[in-house]
Amino acid sequence: MNTMKTQVSHPTVPAGFVNAAESLANLHGHSQETLKEQRVRALSDFTRQGIPGTRHEEWKYFDLSHIANTAYAVAGPLDRFSIDSASSEQFRLEGSNACLFVVENGSLNDTASHMEKLPVGIRVGTFADLGAEAHVMNHLLRHAETHNEPMVALNTILAYDPLIVLVDKNVRIDVPVHFAFVSTPGGAPIAISPRLLLILDENAECTILETHHTHGAGQEVFVNTVTETVIARNAKLHHVKVQNESSDTRHVSYHKVNLAADSNHHLTTLTLGGGMVRNNLNIRLDGQQVNTWLNGLYVLNGNQVVDNHTLVDHAMPHCFSSELYKGIIDDKAQGVFNGKIWVRPDAQKTNAYQSNKNLLLSNDASMYTKPQLEIYADDVKCSHGTTTGQLDDDALFYLRARGIGEVTARALLNHAFAADVIEQVENESIRNSLLDLLDRHLNS
Amino acid sequence: MLSIKNLQASIEDKQILNGLNFEVKPGEVHAIMGPNGSGKSTLASVLAGREDYQVTGGHVEFLGEDLLEMSPEDRARAGLFLAFQYPVEIPGVSNANFLKTAVNEVRKARGSDPLDSKEFLKLMNEKMKLVEMDKAMTQRSVNEGFSGGEKKRNEIFQMAMLEPKLAILDETDSGLDIDALRIVSNGVNALRSKERSFIVITHYQRLLDYIVPDFVHVLYKGRIVKSGTKELALELEEKGYDWIKEEAAVNA
Repeated sequence: MNTMKTQVSHPTVPAGFVNAAESLANLHGHSQETLKEQRVRALSDFTRQGIPGTRHEEWKYFDLSHIANTAYAVAGPLDRFSIDSASSEQFRLEGSNACLFVVENGSLNDTASHMEKLPVGIRVGTFADLGAEAHVMNHLLRHAETHNEPMVALNTILAYDPLIVLVDKNVRIDVPVHFAFVSTPGGAPIAISPRLLLILDENAECTILETHHTHGAGQEVFVNTVTETVIARNAKLHHVKVQNESSDTRHVSYHKVNLAADSNHHLTTLTLGGGMVRNNLNIRLDGQQVNTWLNGLYVLNGNQVVDNHTLVDHAMPHCFSSELYKGIIDDKAQGVFNGKIWVRPDAQKTNAYQSNKNLLLSNDASMYTKPQLEIYADDVKCSHGTTTGQLDDDALFYLRARGIGEVTARALLNHAFAADVIEQVENESIRNSLLDLLDRHLNS
Repeated sequence: MLSIKNLQASIEDKQILNGLNFEVKPGEVHAIMGPNGSGKSTLASVLAGREDYQVTGGHVEFLGEDLLEMSPEDRARAGLFLAFQYPVEIPGVSNANFLKTAVNEVRKARGSDPLDSKEFLKLMNEKMKLVEMDKAMTQRSVNEGFSGGEKKRNEIFQMAMLEPKLAILDETDSGLDIDALRIVSNGVNALRSKERSFIVITHYQRLLDYIVPDFVHVLYKGRIVKSGTKELALELEEKGYDWIKEEAAVNA
């Protein structure tokens, strides 16, 4: 058997993306000169690698060939937005008092956002607003590696106006800040490349809610998003992400998170909608006594394909990481979980936990799950576990024997299986609206 | 109330019930005894509507309806209750939430308005006393980590909450110590009424000292081979089942 990595001799490099990148580069001109170096490198990284095929180990169960073969209109600066202040309310989580920002096809929509409600100590803006900040210069486009990540490279060359969030030192922001990423499909397939930089300075704390939507009908959508998160010493980020896009949307996302000493990080990903969704998390624990919790829940039906790839990189000693991913998969839908944990030689006294549990509700549903632990330190506690099963028939009969109808009984059992992922969300109002959202989804 | 005629049922092609006849009138308590494998639990499962069993013949009428045509939930809504021999653990569903859903679905089917949280709590507090149940148990996941005795008390508690017309207790006494047996029996006796009937399936005469039956039946090879009053249970306790088996062999 040939175990060598197969090098594809001709990478698939759609000309449309490269042409768009070049015209965006002209458009940026001098205004984003400081980002030029990264973009030039990204372009070369993208043309070298192209859109990865399923022979690429990391993309084995997530077939991007449709994306490679579709002529997309690449989203650039919008002349006019289709969402206004009133219509933006539909993207708000029920009962949420969050400060809402709308990002339409990758552009910050000023008229639909609520900049004026932003508390003191947190700033939100585009490169034009905040690009000159020293922090931004040091971090923007600098964390998410393009060398081995062609989709990150693609985002880097197409993201024309990165969104930036800065939380100042020693500030605790109590009101969640909500970014609604909205795609508005048009007469042609559209490719959208949102880019976000989140920086929490020392001792800062905040809650970021990120929701993904499709607004209106039209041709298919390809969303390729990259988020760079930089968390300084002793800072704490609660990050909640909800994906509820149309079945005609292909969504690839990549998070690079850098955690400094004594910081805390929670990231919960709830995936309900979207035809094909790929979530890559790359979390680097780069100081001592860092805690990170990565939780995910995917509830799938129809022909959905949802692939969660996580990498937890323990670089330093005395850190903790915990992953809980759960899936409920119906119809012909397919789930993928690939959980990599690296414990580097210096990372003694690491505690790392990982669990992936799945319920398959139909004979055609499938789940591929693969834990990958690479441990190079000798004094660590690491565990992983995975289960894939069906709804418990005995439990179902028990509920029905008490007068609970079959549909309700199934929803109750599915909820019981899934809820503990959401129950770990710290913000009560977000937690409750996500539980409601889950119930509505399970009962629909 | 319940009329079973010539009931035949099998599981995985193995015939268990072989033409069972049985009648329950309102307010009656019937005990069903019999050796292992005689079909007692199969009878309970078939009546409750468990889909693993195939009914291959016969007829069951419950309150004038064809019971075998009804879904498990419709049987429960019509007033049938099975106290499970092995209550199922359901992690993540609290006892209180489970019962509120059940009570309100049953009320809806009977044309009553659903109980709000306050009314439900009041009902729950009242019924908890019947089985000396701890409030903490209502907040725990259904049966999860419950002891054997707690599980059986939880069954009787659910019965009290749902106020069925006919309750089938499937070996509710098995594995209970004498204190738990007393608590469970007191709960059942408190629910006895002129309208409510019980079928008590048991291995042990001991239970019938606490829940005194109107009739005792012996099930053997999927048929009721002998019926009598509570004295029959004492006789079985004393003599075992061999004489029943011999009688059945002669009559066959």
